[in-house]
Amino acid sequence: MMPLRVHGFNSQKLIVAIPWLWLAVFFVLPFLFILKISLSEPQLAMPPYQDWVREFEDGLLTISLNFGNYILLFEDDLYLHALLGSLKIAGISTLICILIGYPMAYAIARAPGHLRMPFLMLIILPFWTSFLLRVYAWIGILKDNGLLNQLLISIGLIDNPLQILHTPIAVYIGVVYSYLPFFVLPLYATLVRLDNTLLEAAADLGAQPLRQFLTITLPQSIPGIAAGGMLVFIPAMGEFVIPDLLGGPDTLMLGKLMWTEFFNNKDWPVASSLAAVLLVILIVPFVLFRHFEQKANEEDK
Amino acid sequence: MRDFISRNPLLFIFLIAGYAFLYLPIFSLIIYSFNESRLVTVWGGFSTKWYGELLDNAPLLNAAWLSIKIGALNATLAVILGTLAALALVRFRKSRGHKSLGVMVTAPLVMPEIIIGLSLLLLFVALEDLTGWPAGRGQTTILIAHATFSMAYVTVIVQSRLAHMDPSIEEAALDLGARPVRVFFTVTLPMIAPALAAGWLLAFTLSVDDLVIASFVSGPGSTTLPMVVYSSVRLGVSPQINALASVIIAVVSLAVVIASVIMYRSEKAAARS
Repeated sequence: MMPLRVHGFNSQKLIVAIPWLWLAVFFVLPFLFILKISLSEPQLAMPPYQDWVREFEDGLLTISLNFGNYILLFEDDLYLHALLGSLKIAGISTLICILIGYPMAYAIARAPGHLRMPFLMLIILPFWTSFLLRVYAWIGILKDNGLLNQLLISIGLIDNPLQILHTPIAVYIGVVYSYLPFFVLPLYATLVRLDNTLLEAAADLGAQPLRQFLTITLPQSIPGIAAGGMLVFIPAMGEFVIPDLLGGPDTLMLGKLMWTEFFNNKDWPVASSLAAVLLVILIVPFVLFRHFEQKANEEDK
Repeated sequence: MRDFISRNPLLFIFLIAGYAFLYLPIFSLIIYSFNESRLVTVWGGFSTKWYGELLDNAPLLNAAWLSIKIGALNATLAVILGTLAALALVRFRKSRGHKSLGVMVTAPLVMPEIIIGLSLLLLFVALEDLTGWPAGRGQTTILIAHATFSMAYVTVIVQSRLAHMDPSIEEAALDLGARPVRVFFTVTLPMIAPALAAGWLLAFTLSVDDLVIASFVSGPGSTTLPMVVYSSVRLGVSPQINALASVIIAVVSLAVVIASVIMYRSEKAAARS
């Protein structure tokens, strides 16, 4: 039944071992270095951190852990505001993605069979063009003399241009725009597999379409909403490009702050401790994502 | 189509509005790449001069070439690693490391790029300190970093293809006495080839598009295209970037059209036989 299994022990082991080792070395092991550097002291050299273990001339070894970086994160309001800012922007953007993406995924799932593939392609297609350039497109649309303001002024809705670029609104637009396809795809996969017999039964029993939707379709599609929502929420928490290009100086987010600490302040230990905090925060949504993704896939089998 | 619209007019309007939201920004990029004026969003007449300037922009072209090189190498590496991971996940459910591999392969899909970039940089610095490898950072370190996150996408694509494959053909080949390695190359591989092609293209795109991870793990002399675009975009809108965007969109659209035609034809051929 499983052809490669009979091939013997070794090739099977190798097939599992190669990707396993690659990911262990280049994906998991680096997290330990984040933890290590986050507990070290900064210094003006390259690399800009001190080792924990230092050997003195008399052969004495000392190990010094520096928890100062974490204490700083709690004491300085800046970091707390960045964390709250990230949570707020990622959370609200996820909700907007659900509001816009659910009807889209639902429409595609209800469309006649031969239209579903083209409709889906249209969702995926923007994803194949550069993310950076798609975010850049919004600068031209949202800036003071940009397309949106020109349009609103020309139809007489406003007299003076609205300041949208470099405000939180621009960041919401950017995040929703960039991550919408990630929400629509898993939700579509869930919706298209739903059992229609339940809906037919409900209709036969006289349930109105809205009631059918609320009592049958919506509850059944929750794994898809959750999986898609996490695909928006988790990357948005660490987003750097969007707040940097579309946000203003007061748009505080963890990803942007990490970038500044690392590249501008050359403070690797503080950047690492920020990364460690972000990682810990993301464990819960990640576990939820795995859970709902598996749940959504199980129904397939 | 008409039937679908008349039954669900509201849904259809929502769908069209959603598509408008996704596509209008892209169209605006293209339209204003032909704008004579430097002011990008103020129309000053039709011109193709920004495309000409793009061709004279040596740093940008060098960066584009580097990105394409890394992208192609990355895609090849990611397809190999991703296919192995997919085989391991679908076929060897009982083997050791199956569960942990599943977690490790899903995590890069959602992990913020900035964490992947920073953590890999720290690893490379520490490795160089300990072993002398990698000596400095550049193409190799970008390649490793890109392969690590793009293999996850390849795995997902190949995994679903493998899971939906009819096992009876492989079984028949085995029953007829073909060795498993031969079965893999003559039966399995051709059947998952479309997934491998899609995975290769996706891994290539992800690599060519990545700014954040490359910024962390690149070194002097290895500036990729997104890094050049980013430093230019930070200074404000520039018609040359619009021209670049239009070129990329044209290439992608062409590739999609060609891929669809090929897929359409092979499906037709399969249906006939």
